[in-house]
Amino acid sequence: MNTEILGVILIFLLSVALAWPLGKYMVKVFRGDKTWSDFMSPLERLVFKLSGIDPNQPMDWKQNLKALLGINIFFFLFAFIALAFQSLHPFWNPVGIGNWEPTLAFNTAVSFTTNTNLQHYSGETGASYFTQLLVFCWLQFVSAATGIAACALLFQGLKNKTGSNLGNFYNLMMKSCTRILLPLAIVLSLILTINGSTTNFDGLQEVTTLEGETIQVAGGPTAPMVAIKQLGTNGGGYFGPNSTHPFENPNYLTNIAENIAILLIPMALVFAFGFYLNRKKLAMLFFAVMSILFIAFVAISVSEEMNGNPAFTEMGLAANQSNMEGKEVRFGPAASSLWGVSTTATSNGSVNSMHDSHTPLSGGIFLLDMMINAVYGGVGVGFINFFVFVIVAVFIAGQMIGRTPDLLGKKIEAREVKIAALVVILHPLLILVGTALASYGIVQNPEYGWLNNPSFHGFSEMLYENTSAAANNGSGFEGLGDNTQFWNILTGIIMLLGRYLPIIGPLAIVGSLAAKKPVPTTSGSLQLDSPAFGAVLISVILIVAALAFFPALALGPLAEYFTF
Amino acid sequence: MKSLRIALVLGFSTIILFGVLYPMAMVGIGKAIPHQANGLPIEKDGKLIGFENVGQPFSSSQYFWSRPSAVGYDASSTGGSNLGPTNPDFLALVQGRIDTLIKYHPKLKVEDIPVEMITASGGGLDPHITKQGALIQVSRIAENRGLEVEALNQLVEEHSESPFLGLFGPSDRVNVLKLNLALDELAANQN
Amino acid sequence: MFTAETVSQAMAQSFVKLKPALMIKNPVMFTVELGTVIMLIVTILSGFTTNESLGSVGYNTVITLLLFVTVLFGNFAEAIAEARGKAQADTLRKTRKETKAKRLNDDGSITETSSSDLKKGDIFLVEEGDVIPADGEIIEGLASIDESAITGESAPVIREAETDHNSVIGGTKVLSDQIKVQVITEPGESFLDKMISLVEGANRQKTPNEIALTILLASFTMVFLIVTITLQPFADYANTPIAIAALISLFVCLIPTTIGGLLSAIGIAGMDRALRANIIAKSGKAVETAGDIDTLLLDKTGTITIGNRKATGFFNLNGKADEEFVRLAVLSSLSDNTPEGKSILKLAKKQNVTVEKNSVGDASFIKFSAETRMSGVDLPDGRKVRKGAWDAIYKWSDNKTDLEKLEEKVKEISNNGGTPLALAVDKKALGVIQLEDIIKPGIQERFARLRKMGVKTVMVTGDNPLTAKYIAEKAGVDDFIAEAKPEDKLEYIKKEQEQGKLVAMMGDGTNDAPALAQADVGVAMNSGTQAAKEASNMVDLDSDPTKLLEVIEIGKQLLITRGNVTTFSIANDVAKYFAIVPALFAASIPGLNAMNIMNLATPESAILSAVIFNAIIIPLLIPLALRGVKYRPVGASTLLTRNLLVYGLGGIIVPFIGIKAIDLLVNSLL
Repeated sequence: MNTEILGVILIFLLSVALAWPLGKYMVKVFRGDKTWSDFMSPLERLVFKLSGIDPNQPMDWKQNLKALLGINIFFFLFAFIALAFQSLHPFWNPVGIGNWEPTLAFNTAVSFTTNTNLQHYSGETGASYFTQLLVFCWLQFVSAATGIAACALLFQGLKNKTGSNLGNFYNLMMKSCTRILLPLAIVLSLILTINGSTTNFDGLQEVTTLEGETIQVAGGPTAPMVAIKQLGTNGGGYFGPNSTHPFENPNYLTNIAENIAILLIPMALVFAFGFYLNRKKLAMLFFAVMSILFIAFVAISVSEEMNGNPAFTEMGLAANQSNMEGKEVRFGPAASSLWGVSTTATSNGSVNSMHDSHTPLSGGIFLLDMMINAVYGGVGVGFINFFVFVIVAVFIAGQMIGRTPDLLGKKIEAREVKIAALVVILHPLLILVGTALASYGIVQNPEYGWLNNPSFHGFSEMLYENTSAAANNGSGFEGLGDNTQFWNILTGIIMLLGRYLPIIGPLAIVGSLAAKKPVPTTSGSLQLDSPAFGAVLISVILIVAALAFFPALALGPLAEYFTF
Repeated sequence: MKSLRIALVLGFSTIILFGVLYPMAMVGIGKAIPHQANGLPIEKDGKLIGFENVGQPFSSSQYFWSRPSAVGYDASSTGGSNLGPTNPDFLALVQGRIDTLIKYHPKLKVEDIPVEMITASGGGLDPHITKQGALIQVSRIAENRGLEVEALNQLVEEHSESPFLGLFGPSDRVNVLKLNLALDELAANQN
Repeated sequence: MFTAETVSQAMAQSFVKLKPALMIKNPVMFTVELGTVIMLIVTILSGFTTNESLGSVGYNTVITLLLFVTVLFGNFAEAIAEARGKAQADTLRKTRKETKAKRLNDDGSITETSSSDLKKGDIFLVEEGDVIPADGEIIEGLASIDESAITGESAPVIREAETDHNSVIGGTKVLSDQIKVQVITEPGESFLDKMISLVEGANRQKTPNEIALTILLASFTMVFLIVTITLQPFADYANTPIAIAALISLFVCLIPTTIGGLLSAIGIAGMDRALRANIIAKSGKAVETAGDIDTLLLDKTGTITIGNRKATGFFNLNGKADEEFVRLAVLSSLSDNTPEGKSILKLAKKQNVTVEKNSVGDASFIKFSAETRMSGVDLPDGRKVRKGAWDAIYKWSDNKTDLEKLEEKVKEISNNGGTPLALAVDKKALGVIQLEDIIKPGIQERFARLRKMGVKTVMVTGDNPLTAKYIAEKAGVDDFIAEAKPEDKLEYIKKEQEQGKLVAMMGDGTNDAPALAQADVGVAMNSGTQAAKEASNMVDLDSDPTKLLEVIEIGKQLLITRGNVTTFSIANDVAKYFAIVPALFAASIPGLNAMNIMNLATPESAILSAVIFNAIIIPLLIPLALRGVKYRPVGASTLLTRNLLVYGLGGIIVPFIGIKAIDLLVNSLL
């Protein structure tokens, strides 16, 4: 078999194999069971004591939400100030990089706070070491931990037979950092360092090439940054071109490790759901539903990229060469496609190839992946998004078997449907309205010159940017000239809404479910862990989420594909 | 008030833990393996001439060329072309690259050109080309350096890297910088 | 299913319902109405200007009309459901024609008045041959009544004051005797009146599930509104002018008009089906809840067994039944008016033993009472004869040795599902009388069906545990409450509800009222007391205890129909997209014609076909909506798979075929 495809299979299988035990371990962390990582507890206790947090204080969904939003406001404010006044902190700024324009600072602060990591600046030229570490590296931990903690709250809410106690957000967030993200980041960072990812503070180094030219090579603390960016589904590159850069992703082994890191926690959280609620079969069903979509997407993208660009054949090149524009020889088209689907599925947003240069259908798949935004999904929030689809699917399927619908023994009624419906509307609203505004802008003012590519592909660039912001993904069709006030403000707002409303909504649902009396399961109840319900779930995801974007996809990737 | 204290203290203590201590610790550990932690630098005569995995622009006819780069292998400001597959500008660019290759390799047939030699990589620093990409250049280098085609083919073959563990990922790629270093050595030995 | 009258009535109503104030209750169809108005304006404008983006007048007119028809179809669905419900209610209401009433005044005099003048609390007199003027409760007397006008059952029923069967219904006829009745409702507020208003729409309130579904459908509508509106700037970017008619067509086709148009019809039809089963539901919610019932409390008598227990054997100490024993049994039962007591006389008669009450001279008869659970007679010769429940006689008797001799027989009877009664003279046991139940044929299958639905059945009986267990097993119920007192039912319901279960029960007596009120679905028999009816949320006009099973199926059917039509409606979008989206852009992006997988002739006919399909699918599904999707108790997963294949997969495939067929037709006409 083709070794490139074998590589793809290996990465997927390894991810699943590692996600299972990680899911088990995460549940122990959430529950506060004894684990090997208990040596962290003195440190955690110290932080809690200093901040005046009682980590064992039970909180309902509103208290937890208040805690989540409160600390996130701090994240944003700190990041904004640090970026807007970057030149003021003298240390760790070897290149002397200046202050940021306010809308760029706003956009970037929002971007990292919301776990999006949409980058309208270029890593190595725009950010000082101080910014990279004290702002970006830090936010890549805590924004990911925010998502994981929110997911743990959701688990507890679904587990509750009665009672509104969802656990303690501060405790879950802190432990997600210290016991889940940190250990994994250390391991991955070491793997990267050993394989030649820079781990230093050397700034620009002068190199005299074989041909005698002098060039500057940027280095820096790449390995630790890349490790957390992948694990926390952050995706903000240390360097501009992200993980295509040889220092971020030196060889095929690091590519395997990083791609696994992208998928690992999102997959593990699905299993964690099963362990936490003791509904392993249901978790497997959810995982299967997600994986069916994932594998289908990978298959389409890989085959499109390996088939290459038909325009090249017309130029006389041998047919059936793959599409290598924007790709690295050491990864090849298959691993690039897998990464592309992984990163858009999990709202990670790091890239190991330029998505803008992918063939139309492959780029379309990346878009679709983010439009669904729940195939594994971002750390924590991915499962939360998926949960909204589950609510809608349960509501429809429940009626089809003649019962007023219930989820895990709690009735789904008008209030829950209302909240779920709002979240369902939100995603197309943000993406389509954002793209409509951009389309209108560029039609009225062609001189803006945002677009790096004409025609349908140009439309895809705008669509991708908005989708990426709404899905808190952060990758881009990077040809788009996005560092303008328009894009900074538009995507900034989209990221904020796209992050917090889908967390608030499901927590409110869980809060309202928690207050309900549980209904028993009988042979007349909807069996969630049945293939039939899986089919409903996939249909709901495809018809409700994906179909809304069909016209937009038709004008972008599909039009480009059919005009080849 | 209480939540303000929580936000401030929790915020700043996590900054110290994950924004300072974590990366510092990793850099500290890196000191134990400085060669790797510095990105696998290659030195020649005490001078830094490159990094194993960072591609360099080779434009002279003495050397194997790297892939085209959207940033001209500027390792201080990297990136890809971000051109879409149907973009006429992009296709014109590719046609230009084909023409250049044909110009410098008169015997080369278009259908033998491997695709990576006419497309830019994502980061603009791709250190590799395929074996085929190197082989098509052999005749030019042999002519310019007065070396045996056979010896060069042999050199390319030796530098051709197999898939990871022989099973996973792309096969038959060549690190251009390493190949050119070996080329210089080969040439030096012959003279 | 339809009569000319209901159809014409519904057609007229379809137009009345166009009023925006009424339409807004159905957000999906309201947006279609808005779309129609916009299209009307566009059509008029396109007639007077030459703006190309407005499209041609002819095409715009056709689209406008089609949208208008879509709205009308939706309204018609609702109207026809209402009309049918009303027709059903009218037949019941016909019994309510004006009749004369004999009102009793406080001084005892009688005033002739009209039935419509009777107020709550008034007392009236009904005599043989009179039609009862209003619903009421008998406060004095007993009468046999012909209720066939309401229930269709021709056999007369006995209604008597101070029993659990003391309710009379207006419109029924007294066949014999005379009764005094107190009016229990104000005119126009009877259960039937309430039910009629539930069907007629004015007071119809959406059920909780219907509200939730409406919200979901509204949100889908919102999504597609966003999709359609934002398509305009997208098209501007792509230099593809889209006519307003095409955009509005796309919108109307994508929003779930099928379920939007049929939603209230399905709800009304559910109520109507209940009414057809002679069940008056006090709210739509009750019908919906019925589909969720987890536990069903069923009275043994009349539901599981035919009628009452019958005496089937006499056994004295030696195990035989001599004539003297039978004679004493008959004597002791003469004053026992319970069905069991009467059955003893019947059995004796079969064995040619009859005793007239006055033949024993100056005997004093002791009536059967629930406290003593014995009846009997003190004969003139001083002998005290008693017959009663085994444990009652056991207590009464003082010669335990004879009792012990009988114990074996008693156990044998109990174990075989019979009920032993004992006969004793002068506190000395003589023997036992065997009573037996006859389990209704086919009842096991019904319970198996319920079990597949996930409903637990509980038999409630006054029998002793042994007997109850035997019958429970034989009938196939899941649990039983033996020696049940009314408060036991209440306790049991509470216990089930604590586990989150929904409980349904049927009852008739005043002492059932608390349990009926506690149950999630309480069905009162129409023959029952006013208190029972007040406490329950459904009344069964037939007073048929097996009706509960039907109620559950009606509830499930209602939800399934809603769920399946929703699924069908949403699944339709796939084909509609493939019809309209290529058509929108085919002119300027020819490549997209590759997505025209149905190979529709022209962009215009593609859009037209989709809109036509979208409209006619509503009336085509009206019969399904009114009839309801058949419920099959096959287990939840099988049912889901089945419905998913029929309505989900079907919902994807059918419009592909339908739109293609319409396209062929449209093009052959053009």
